[in-house]
Amino acid sequence: MRSSVIIFPGSNCDRDMDVALKKFGFKNQMVWHNDADIPKSDLIVLPGGFSYGDYLRCGSIAGKSKIIKSVIDFAKSGGLVLGICNGFQILTETGLLPGILQQNKYLNFICKNVFVKIKNKENKYFKNIKKEVLELHIAHNEGNYFCSNDELKSIADNGQIAVTYCDDKGNDNEHNNPNGAIKNIAGIFNKDKNILGMMPHPERMIDPFLSGEDGSLFFENLIGNV
Amino acid sequence: MKVKVIVTLKNGVLDPQGKAIQQTLNGMTFENVSEVRQGKYFDIEVNESDESKAKTQVGEMCKKLLANLVIEDYKII
Repeated sequence: MRSSVIIFPGSNCDRDMDVALKKFGFKNQMVWHNDADIPKSDLIVLPGGFSYGDYLRCGSIAGKSKIIKSVIDFAKSGGLVLGICNGFQILTETGLLPGILQQNKYLNFICKNVFVKIKNKENKYFKNIKKEVLELHIAHNEGNYFCSNDELKSIADNGQIAVTYCDDKGNDNEHNNPNGAIKNIAGIFNKDKNILGMMPHPERMIDPFLSGEDGSLFFENLIGNV
Repeated sequence: MKVKVIVTLKNGVLDPQGKAIQQTLNGMTFENVSEVRQGKYFDIEVNESDESKAKTQVGEMCKKLLANLVIEDYKII
């Protein structure tokens, strides 16, 4: 299985993602943002970081970069595109995913482990994961997901809510919402569920000594379904 | 010619920075400040002498890049 991680100036989770993908069996290649084409891939990952220094709005400049046209073409042809953190912000800025990530409600950069509840398993990203709640890591200043009420109804009706912030028991109420995201949303799909954007970092949870291993469940499942 | 653009959050969209500024102003004895909304301002030099053409072009720039119409409005001034 081949994957490509796109590197933008300011990406800083690209190498962690490369390590994670390779650990679970992907043949990964790194692709520079100024390239026009992406090598043949089964999965494209937009990594976390601060692409273009978060200028203008997070992800907005990366969303117009040279490589993005190829990412959009790949996504629209049904290819799997995963955006983590800044990658999620880029996906909303390109219009591949609805809504936007605003500044955290209490204006603080949040860096901690959180629990997220898997809301939809009928997709390649979460299909065979046995757990309902995963412990993952977040590190962001703009993770406060927002969309219009109409959009919210539409993504809820279409099963596009992927993961929500919750406690260790899976209660995804306002007490377990770190950043003010609407309906505790931590990640969403496009309608066809081939594109996933989420704020939590599964690539930071793949080592039993350094972290938890719930990220391993995510990648093991993903390579099994690609 | 120079075209000026102001981008602001739409009404009803939470503006935590504006709220923090408002609370700070209130604490600085400006108790009568009831709301602050923060926005962005752009000065754009366009090599185009026809004002209406330049403004139309800047309108396109706003829709495609300068503003995110999910949460923001823009005004060309």
